[in-house]
Amino acid sequence: MLEKRIIPALLLSEAKLVKTTKLKNPQYVGDPINTVRIFNNKEADELFLIDINASRSKKGPNFELLKEIATEAFMPLGYAGGISDMNQMEKVFSLGYEKVGMSSILFSRPELLTEASRNFGAQSVVAIIDIDKGMLGGKKAVNHLNHSEKFSPLELALKYQELGAGEILLHSVYREGTYTGYDLELIKEISSKISIPLVALGGGGSRDDLASALSSGADAAAAGSIFVYHGPHKAVLVNYPKRSEIEDILRKGK
Amino acid sequence: MITVVDYKMINLGSILNMLKKVGAKDVVVATTAEDLQNAKKIILPGVGSFDAAMKNIQGQGLMEILRVKAMEEKVPFLGVCLGMQLMTKSSEEGILPGLGYVPAVVKKFRFSESNLRVPHMGWNKTSIEKPTKLFLNNDPKRFYFVHSYFVECEQTSDILTSTEHGHKFVSGFEHENLIGVQFHPEKSHSYGLELFRNYVEKY
Repeated sequence: MLEKRIIPALLLSEAKLVKTTKLKNPQYVGDPINTVRIFNNKEADELFLIDINASRSKKGPNFELLKEIATEAFMPLGYAGGISDMNQMEKVFSLGYEKVGMSSILFSRPELLTEASRNFGAQSVVAIIDIDKGMLGGKKAVNHLNHSEKFSPLELALKYQELGAGEILLHSVYREGTYTGYDLELIKEISSKISIPLVALGGGGSRDDLASALSSGADAAAAGSIFVYHGPHKAVLVNYPKRSEIEDILRKGK
Repeated sequence: MITVVDYKMINLGSILNMLKKVGAKDVVVATTAEDLQNAKKIILPGVGSFDAAMKNIQGQGLMEILRVKAMEEKVPFLGVCLGMQLMTKSSEEGILPGLGYVPAVVKKFRFSESNLRVPHMGWNKTSIEKPTKLFLNNDPKRFYFVHSYFVECEQTSDILTSTEHGHKFVSGFEHENLIGVQFHPEKSHSYGLELFRNYVEKY
């Protein structure tokens, strides 16, 4: 039986580790390599790195940095940010990453999922769905680069699955960095309708939140803030639950 | 000395780094037969497809020297993931024969039940099936897996570890000097460190 996972999601910007709130206001958190070493010592299940500037700046992935990170990491790795063709993906995989994610590019070129899954296997291809809350409280999948192109999250998840995604990363941007808990309703709705794994990200503010995401149907709970900050004043402290604590979360998350 | 065979399919970074971490001295990365000439202990890593890997090994002129090392000189030889599969006779993934050191073949996971996914990707429990120097004790370990094909040994006495994915499969074999593991020790934290440390120190 494969185990459910607890994944630190680390945001990169200009080769630095940052943490945002609702993907805005990046705060410097630390050096990525050092942080990866700490997660090694803490034996994190998996790391997912998202370069929040790679698409916006049109620079694409920072392969040098990605290589350094992969060399340091004794755990599985995923990467997203600025991926727009097969060559870039191939390069990321050859550096030692297990998964590559895409988000905004999928609005204009959803066929990349099909191509990627044919070339590298569906298991390696993560479709990221960024969720925002509309004026009337409804949740919409948005292109975070321009906040347009609003879709039903469920419809988009089904479409991405159909196109070849091996995993959906459901990123509730409107909860990101807010410690208000995961979007459990949406996790339930989508995970019950898709057959590929769903990773929940955005809002995880406690270990109980992680467990709730899992019990709502997520295969993995990803979080940023709680793994890089500590205490009410958000002092930077890279942390990860001990194995016995993870097992506790998994038990509660059944 | 440990020689890691590089047949140009993956970044060896994390394996080399883990070897360094367990204190391996004189780690050599070999891309040619000459590099392998003095090898005393070998690691054959691997990610990718069976035929592509065999073609690269042939293309780099490594077939004969690897055979001499594994089968005649009988140096410790550890295949990791695809590296393990290459040590068998053949694979359903490809048409080229494998290196054929170990009496085993490679088969594809086939499930009719829809809740079992292929590839088998993630952390899974690994049970130790026979005494070995690779692990400190017989407690089950946790390893990270990514694979769609699995090894089937002809001799049950070769089975070192087993793991469940739909059914029990051979996640590790040990046959004299020849060891193969399906999981990725270099991605498995302390369990991987333990395996590499023991391979470095006790073989």
